[in-house]
Amino acid sequence: MKSVNKRKFQIFFVGAATGLINGFFGGGGGMVVVPMLRRLLGYDERCAHATAVAVILPVTAVSAFTYLNAGIFPTVTGFSVSIGVFLGGISGAAALGKLKPTFIEKLFSAAMFAAGIRMLLG
Amino acid sequence: MFNYILVGFLGGVLGGMGMGGGTVLIPLLTVFCGVDQKAAQAINLVSFVPMAIVAVTVHLKRGRIKKKGLLSLILPAAFFSAVGSAVAGVADSLVLRRAFGVFLLFLAVFSLFGKNRKQPVKQREIHDKNDFGRQKCDNLHNKE
Repeated sequence: MKSVNKRKFQIFFVGAATGLINGFFGGGGGMVVVPMLRRLLGYDERCAHATAVAVILPVTAVSAFTYLNAGIFPTVTGFSVSIGVFLGGISGAAALGKLKPTFIEKLFSAAMFAAGIRMLLG
Repeated sequence: MFNYILVGFLGGVLGGMGMGGGTVLIPLLTVFCGVDQKAAQAINLVSFVPMAIVAVTVHLKRGRIKKKGLLSLILPAAFFSAVGSAVAGVADSLVLRRAFGVFLLFLAVFSLFGKNRKQPVKQREIHDKNDFGRQKCDNLHNKE
């Protein structure tokens, strides 16, 4: 019984942390929820990624509404980027499995590191 | 405008591969395009929604989403995302930018050194196929 409660608390905590991060940083919730689903709940990789999108979608819709409501969204720039994201998202999903993931992940981590430093200093 | 579509495309490709499109898109917009941090965050959130609707539809059809108990994860997440974005709404853009930089550094270090990278991919796939243990996708037989 105790472990059931502990599990429930863990799930609540993961959800709360994901929401806070995704709302405050305007993204990145998936980077939190995927490893949590894998480690805490033992999901396999594909399952964790797919389920993460299902969690992040409603969460992002809530944050997006809050930002829109506050008038922070720049319409023209925003819609241009959105068109690109939509097309890129479909291409990326189609390319998944055809490229070596470990290489891309390393490259991706290095890019994140560089961008992080740049944002701290610049 | 073309630049913005291109930047969106780059972020979208990585997002579609499940590698955190927003963590790429936001720095691309702020560092390379000079977009304000808060505006970049708003753009990332709004642009994610239509793409994610398509992705979730596909994943649901293929039975990759574990629906059981999903709501107990979504509800606290949705509530706290409203809290997080309300705080971001009143925060200073420069503070957000610095905080985002720290967040990126954490993610970079974590993804480089934190995960289990020792297990080769092929072995992991075999493990996945045979693992009917604690948590499963809703429809395991529908895997590609």
